[in-house]
Amino acid sequence: MKVLQALGIVLALMLLAYVGAAVPGGRTLFGVVLPYLGFAVFIIFFIAKVMDWARSPVPFRIPTTAGQANSLPWIKQNKLDCPSTTSGVIGRMLLEVFLFRSLFKNTRAEIHEGPKLAYGSSKFLWLFGLLFHYSFLTIVLRHLRLFTDPVPGFVHILEFADGFMQVGAPVLYQTDIVFLGALTFLLLRRLLLPNIRYISLPADYFPLLLILGIGITGVLMRYVVRVDVISIKMLANGLVTGKPFVADTISGIFFIHMFLITVLLTYFPFSKLMHMGGVFLSPTRNLANNSRMVRHVNPWNDPSIKPHSYAGYEDEFREFMVDAGLPVEKEPEPKPAEEEAPAEGETKSES
Amino acid sequence: MYDTGKIIPGLLVFVGLVTFPIWYGFVSADGHLPNPEKPTKAKQCVESTEFMRTSHMVLLNDWRDNIVREGGSRHGKTADGTEFVRSLHKGCMDCHTSKRKFCDECHTYAAVKPYCWDCHIQPKEAN
Repeated sequence: MKVLQALGIVLALMLLAYVGAAVPGGRTLFGVVLPYLGFAVFIIFFIAKVMDWARSPVPFRIPTTAGQANSLPWIKQNKLDCPSTTSGVIGRMLLEVFLFRSLFKNTRAEIHEGPKLAYGSSKFLWLFGLLFHYSFLTIVLRHLRLFTDPVPGFVHILEFADGFMQVGAPVLYQTDIVFLGALTFLLLRRLLLPNIRYISLPADYFPLLLILGIGITGVLMRYVVRVDVISIKMLANGLVTGKPFVADTISGIFFIHMFLITVLLTYFPFSKLMHMGGVFLSPTRNLANNSRMVRHVNPWNDPSIKPHSYAGYEDEFREFMVDAGLPVEKEPEPKPAEEEAPAEGETKSES
Repeated sequence: MYDTGKIIPGLLVFVGLVTFPIWYGFVSADGHLPNPEKPTKAKQCVESTEFMRTSHMVLLNDWRDNIVREGGSRHGKTADGTEFVRSLHKGCMDCHTSKRKFCDECHTYAAVKPYCWDCHIQPKEAN
């Protein structure tokens, strides 16, 4: 099964890091060398991927028209779902990036007795997707306490807000619970719904399980098999200031956590996770639906080839067309001998 | 390349954000590493150094729950039989006398703000 393939890879990676960190030199490899490489791969190939997208022309407007387009003045336009201006597009993009509006419009189709086909709104994917992304963001920002010295103020605020319930010591972070809960939902969704399972590939399961692995090892390190935070901060802060130092007091589970993150960073630019950059470059979202107001020219058009309108075509071939008995929109200039000349600009309908 | 006017600034913002800790480190690093003051009164804490380093907060939390909520004893015994008082002020701070020189050294470094001092009166110390 595809999920077992992905699970197998994640477990193998975890084992690799655990065993690898135990052999001589392994701690420096998994704690310093590979993280540096992973981060470099992440940045370089992320940029390369976006540049590759930037080189691809979008010859015509393909926005999704999820609402009433700009039309006659007495028809109300849906300015966010079918924007025709830049400000409308910015509004749509903000809703997309911050609130996942496309997922919010997710529907579910069901066949009932009869047979009758019924559509209903389905918000679970949107809800858990949103919870997952925002907890992940909070967790990543909270980790800045390990990378920065002195720790910036907004990290303190985040830290305080996230542990607001003051459960236990070290205090429980709400986002840890939400994060693992939402990830579990997203995984179960793929595993339990037959139609979703049918279209799920190892590339869908792998990132979920990888991030779940990162989350579980992180939670274990905080609440169960606690680790020496000071020596870990010395390493993390050392990595960003160019003076990494792997203390002996860092335990094996940390290297699993660190290696899974390294793998995530390395895998990121080559996978579906690039939707992080891709959401900004989706032509179906970021183009204004103004095809009827603005003339869009194909970027690869040869500028020496001028547009040839029907009116111009008729001007060029009118006499031949009349000779061949083809209908023309504008009758040829009447010859002086003829008396029944039609008025200028009159169109002839042949239908 | 199309839309370079938007894509290049976008990428610059992205790189700026993900490298935040690096350039922040250049701007603000003071290079101070935590160096908690070692007590002179005793050589051995109530548990091993490794345990205390990672899990002292769990120990303190358990003491708090046990004494305040379950009426537990104030008296504790280490593995080698030394008796001690299960108390922040009369136990821990009997040896680790200075909050500033002991607790805060690591807590500030790791941005931890334990809520001990929400109830306990913070010892007055000269800065």
